[in-house]
Amino acid sequence: MAQRSIREIDGKQMLSRLWNEFFPEDLKLEYRGVLIDEESDLNKIESENKWLCESNLVVKPDMLFGKRGKNGLVYYKNENPGDVSWEDAKKWIKEKSSDTTTLHSGQSGTLSHFIVEPFNPHSDEYYLSINLGDKYDEIFFSLQGGVDIEENWDSVLTIKLDESISAEEAHEIIKNELRKFTDTEKFDSFVCSAYVFFRNMHYTYLEFNPFVLEDDKIILLDLVAKVDDTAHFLKGHIWGDLEFPAPFGRSLTKEENYIKGIDANSGSSLKLTILNKEGKIWTLVAGGGASVVYADTIADMGHSEELATYGEYSGNPSMEETCEYAKTLFDLMTRDGKKGKILIIGGAIANFTDVAKTFKGIICAMNEYSKKLKKCEVEVYVRRGGPNYKTGLKNLRSAGKRIGLKISVHGPETHMTDIVRMALEKQEVR
Amino acid sequence: MEHTSLFTRKTQCIFWGLHTTAIQRMTDYDFMIGREKPSISGIVAPSRQENFHKVFFGKKEMLIPLFGNVKQAFNSHPECDTFLNFASFRSAFDVTMHAFDIEAIKTIVITAEGIPERLARRIRETAKKKDKLIIGPSTVGAMNPGAFKVANIGGAVENIIEAKLFNTGSVGLVTRSGGLFNELANIIFRNSNGIYEGVAIGGDRFPGSEFLEHMLRFEKNPDIKMIVMLGELGGSSEYAVINAMKEGLITKPVIAWCIGTVAKYMKSEVQFGHAGAKADKEMETAQAKNKALSDAGAIVPVSYNDLPGLIAETSKKCGIKKVVKQASGFVKRSKIVSSRRTATNFICTISDDTGAEPTYIGTPISEVAGDDYSIGDVISMLWFKRRFPHWASEFFVLVLKIVADHGPAVSGAHNTRITARAGKDLISSLVSGLLTIGPRFGGAIDGAAKYFYGALDHMTPLEFVTKMKESGVNIPGIGHRIKSVRNPDKRVTILKEYADKHFPLNRLLPYALEVEKITTAKKDNLILNVDGTVGILLVDLLLSLGYSRKDILEIISSWGLFNGLFLLGRSIGFIGHYIDEKRLNMPMYRHPWSDILYDARPEEDKTQEK
Repeated sequence: MAQRSIREIDGKQMLSRLWNEFFPEDLKLEYRGVLIDEESDLNKIESENKWLCESNLVVKPDMLFGKRGKNGLVYYKNENPGDVSWEDAKKWIKEKSSDTTTLHSGQSGTLSHFIVEPFNPHSDEYYLSINLGDKYDEIFFSLQGGVDIEENWDSVLTIKLDESISAEEAHEIIKNELRKFTDTEKFDSFVCSAYVFFRNMHYTYLEFNPFVLEDDKIILLDLVAKVDDTAHFLKGHIWGDLEFPAPFGRSLTKEENYIKGIDANSGSSLKLTILNKEGKIWTLVAGGGASVVYADTIADMGHSEELATYGEYSGNPSMEETCEYAKTLFDLMTRDGKKGKILIIGGAIANFTDVAKTFKGIICAMNEYSKKLKKCEVEVYVRRGGPNYKTGLKNLRSAGKRIGLKISVHGPETHMTDIVRMALEKQEVR
Repeated sequence: MEHTSLFTRKTQCIFWGLHTTAIQRMTDYDFMIGREKPSISGIVAPSRQENFHKVFFGKKEMLIPLFGNVKQAFNSHPECDTFLNFASFRSAFDVTMHAFDIEAIKTIVITAEGIPERLARRIRETAKKKDKLIIGPSTVGAMNPGAFKVANIGGAVENIIEAKLFNTGSVGLVTRSGGLFNELANIIFRNSNGIYEGVAIGGDRFPGSEFLEHMLRFEKNPDIKMIVMLGELGGSSEYAVINAMKEGLITKPVIAWCIGTVAKYMKSEVQFGHAGAKADKEMETAQAKNKALSDAGAIVPVSYNDLPGLIAETSKKCGIKKVVKQASGFVKRSKIVSSRRTATNFICTISDDTGAEPTYIGTPISEVAGDDYSIGDVISMLWFKRRFPHWASEFFVLVLKIVADHGPAVSGAHNTRITARAGKDLISSLVSGLLTIGPRFGGAIDGAAKYFYGALDHMTPLEFVTKMKESGVNIPGIGHRIKSVRNPDKRVTILKEYADKHFPLNRLLPYALEVEKITTAKKDNLILNVDGTVGILLVDLLLSLGYSRKDILEIISSWGLFNGLFLLGRSIGFIGHYIDEKRLNMPMYRHPWSDILYDARPEEDKTQEK
């Protein structure tokens, strides 16, 4: 995969845990915060975090999406800022998580994870973000942090750092650049230490907007972070049990979860995303690249709203895995019993995957769902190449015929996506 | 002339990692396109013991040498300029950084998926500084059909045949995806005349080389008439191409398409297969890229499905003729490659008895039997796999003569005689004599060579003697029962004179003689004996022939080859002793009681006595 978003609380707790390792002694971070989700034992959390009852609190959803303030999802006041108690917080969480929330961006879903922290009255808000850029590591710093940073982008200082320089050299550059901007030397060591942390821990994005500096105390009011999960073999032991949650609004369906489970326990890749259960066009495509191309072509030919799923199987899955995958798809597709659905069994010319073997899995699923497929009058379009494709195609054709389905089978002599055209043209004729 | 092809029919590479299937696939391709030998010159496999890896080259097996590190491999194979790094994501970065320091390398291909982005970016930036071309990470490979194919690109043999990937066409192809590479090569073959050069740059966020780099090379290559590029959503590397086209740096027709147009229609974020395939900004969407490409003058289809038609049309406009020249013999050779081949269990690299006439390292026996070849030549051929110059072969003969026998009293000859007298046959008697050869008898040749050569250049003769004394080891090759400075061993004199007269180089002998001066000053009979002299002179012989220190130490230590010469020579003597016993028809030998001290009481009794 690569860049993965992490929860705000995980980022903050990692910083807090590693603070003394990366940050100088004259900078302090006293982080307090808890994550509340559906399974939290609130009594236990309360007894382990006495400050919850002793402080005023701020509560926000911690589910990777930004602009929470603008979406009215930062709870910090009833009458006046800083008058939210633990009881209020619990009530607010319960209320927010009982219904669907739709963001300004259009994302929609149920709020399930909340971060609760003490309310910190403060004056000046600062901005820092660090990004793994195309050529350089990029640091963005501003003395005018806060929700409007994008509107105030003129106030942002950009520092570009070459990957190959040492931490000392980086410190020197950062210091010189910041000096043009502010006389507060504490910023130097904070920015530099944060940068070294970012680099060392294989973050790809780290943003504090805003953060507060009071004497020698750093308060991180908000944090957004992405971590490069391919660096797990280098840093996993330091990251600890780091969770990479799915983006907000994408809670998985039962079927998607089932395929995810097979995928997780297999050396091969099996992916399924349901886009529209009522869609007419269902794809069963081998290969990451080819699956995108099939979906593209259906959309580019003007039928995106009919596309039922996006998914792929690749990396030479076993017959059983392919069969389970196909069965899941056939089950979803025939559930409503409506007629005139199209099944695209597609794929490029495989490099090494044994086509006959994977098709055996599909045939096994077809046999099991033969009655339902027949009843829905599913039309099947097949195109595939690669090792043993001739045998695979032949077997699939006879299986389709035996069940009594309309099946159109093609090899590498037919352009990969041309079966989409065939299927859709026929559709339009009707 | 600077050739603008990525690879040619002469390209040779070093392969990192003993990935036998991938190695075999590349070698099969070499064979199918009619190369004379495998394009992999060496394999780097640090943890392996073997010296060679066997591959099928057609039906026949061939050996590819294994090396412990990259540098060694390239030093041994100056014909290589391409490095295929097949290391896993854990070590691919380190292996690549190592390879940057090797001058001979022009191109590095990295197949690992999942190299951390920060490290991949460093690979890319370092490559720019060191002027190396990187393909990958997470690439399926690159190829010039009919010339060279690196890594798994093209897939199984059936695919290579299906998409005519042995045929040199006129189209330059660059894709991100490895899975769709074959697909495009197939369309290009069906609608034009096939690809001239193809690269899958890999789906990572920081590929070591991007579309533009390859397209600029295609532009320069007069054999490439048109370019096909398959991009995808996410990242901005397609824009480098767009800018280059606007600046007029690419004038050949470019057919381009970016996959991932469907992303726009998806309500929530879906991560496609590639790490880089995610549009963070509007300009990173497939739609925006396709539009920008079209605006810059690229030929962009409405959907992927229209690609074949556009390729056919453009190909026609470029004047590409759809003639496909099948590499001669390709079909026959591809059948051999696809047939069932059985691997051998043994390897023989010294002689061959399968032809009309047996050969020693390729020389027919009739030639070897001629007057030109002595038994010394035969030894050098069968033991060292090369025919040594006359002076060296003759030295072997001299050693054989000198060590052939040393009387009946030495342990080996004595054993042979006793066995013969016990009524045993020739082989048993000879073997019982040979089995006494070891550290105390005869084996000093290897020992002397090892210790003296080990000390040369590291210690003065005095330091050497002192150190051996301190560690309580008698110096092998020094000392004789009766011979001394005043009563020199004639055999030693002969050997020394020969070396003095014929060896181009005498390095270890002078050192050994200095050592002898020190030891004989202590005791008159601590002379360099015949074993020692033979061992030392064999080192000088190999040094004269240009053998490296490492090779020589291996020959001595792990092969024990120097003792072989003693074994061979002394067998002549032992057989003589056996025959002598037979001729004399002596009875069974029983050792006299009087010559044995019997002291067979329990240990306690002895202690009480004390």
